[in-house]
Amino acid sequence: MAGAKEIRTKISSIKSTQKITKAMQMVAASKMRKAQDRMASSRPYAEKMLQVIHHLYHASPEYRHAYMDIGRQRKRVGYIVVSSDRGLCGGLNSNLFRRLLAEVKAQREAGVEVVFCTIGNKALGFFRRFGGNVMGQVTHLGDKPHIEDLIGTVKVMLDAYVAGEIDAIHIACNTFVNTMTQRPSIEQLVPINAESEQGRTHHWDYIYEPDARVVLDALLTRYIESLVYQAVVENGACEQAARMVAMKSASDNAGNLIDELQLVYNKARQAAITQEISEIVGGAAAV
Amino acid sequence: MAMTIHVDIVSAEGAIHSGLATMVYAPGEMGELGIAPRHTPLITRLKAGDVRVEHDGGEMEHFYVSGGMLEVQPDVVTVLADTALRARDLDEAAALEAKRRAEDALAGRSAELEYAKAQAELAEAVAQLRAIEKLRKMKGK
Repeated sequence: MAGAKEIRTKISSIKSTQKITKAMQMVAASKMRKAQDRMASSRPYAEKMLQVIHHLYHASPEYRHAYMDIGRQRKRVGYIVVSSDRGLCGGLNSNLFRRLLAEVKAQREAGVEVVFCTIGNKALGFFRRFGGNVMGQVTHLGDKPHIEDLIGTVKVMLDAYVAGEIDAIHIACNTFVNTMTQRPSIEQLVPINAESEQGRTHHWDYIYEPDARVVLDALLTRYIESLVYQAVVENGACEQAARMVAMKSASDNAGNLIDELQLVYNKARQAAITQEISEIVGGAAAV
Repeated sequence: MAMTIHVDIVSAEGAIHSGLATMVYAPGEMGELGIAPRHTPLITRLKAGDVRVEHDGGEMEHFYVSGGMLEVQPDVVTVLADTALRARDLDEAAALEAKRRAEDALAGRSAELEYAKAQAELAEAVAQLRAIEKLRKMKGK
């Protein structure tokens, strides 16, 4: 049986680990709430834009922007991969990468090449190991991501799309279902499918200044950027939620371990006392 | 009560203002715009400048936008504000920067990334060790 002193040191070291994981859990919980607020507040912008885009799509059928060109043959597609900057958030990133790998495999089997843009440290590290054509990347967005940090990365992809180097852009990120569940998802960003029931009934048109094309171009770019921004914010909320859950289970496990060790420690102590008493009694009998 | 128009000012990072106004002034790309209630539908780009919202009582509220879009419908004005200064060459520079960062990182010039990579390798090694241990236990039994 291990010495009582050894067990005591072990218990105290686990206790300090538990303190850390508990603190991280609480920090993640408060950050998650803020990230969720941010998620909600970025929504009206994108919704409003989508409305206008739908309207423009139906109001000026003679002009189709490249971003709306649905019929392109797919030879090469781009993925924008949104990940967290830091670890200790359970299987959040690895689940996403696994989902992405399955998709990439399917694309390659169909003879489609893939290129990537990464957002966040973990995705970059992953592609370094996995190997892949990374066209642009951004890391260290922090807890409050700003849209201007994303402009460059998104533009790299959009430029490649307009130049015909890639034929579609997808975004891979985690979607926030609830605190316990985050679902990895891959969605198509470009070409935009503006063909929907919504906005079909308009009979009037806007006055455009300077003209419809310029307005639509600016609008579409901003719309895509705002979608990427939303994905980043949502992934941030997922990260905090996943970290909170992971840290909670780590704290619980540490608690169980401490209980077990405490039991072993008590037994060891008891055994030592019993032994001492029997030695004294034995000694007294001999005298 | 005077005729009013609903004004929404939103940016990608959140709603900035929402409320009723008797008049809205905005810096359109083709010139300053004044929008009264029942304005004809209009959509335009905005320059950097001041969006002014005139309330019922006549007091003005100012919002600085660094550009964006303005959408007008007869009873709703929506300002889709940019949060950052946008210009063609600025965007271009940002794109180049993102590309350069990717190249740098993949060429292995970033210490931070080395760390991330080492961490990932460590996790892999630990998982392998754990698997070996499990196999051993199974064989031992």
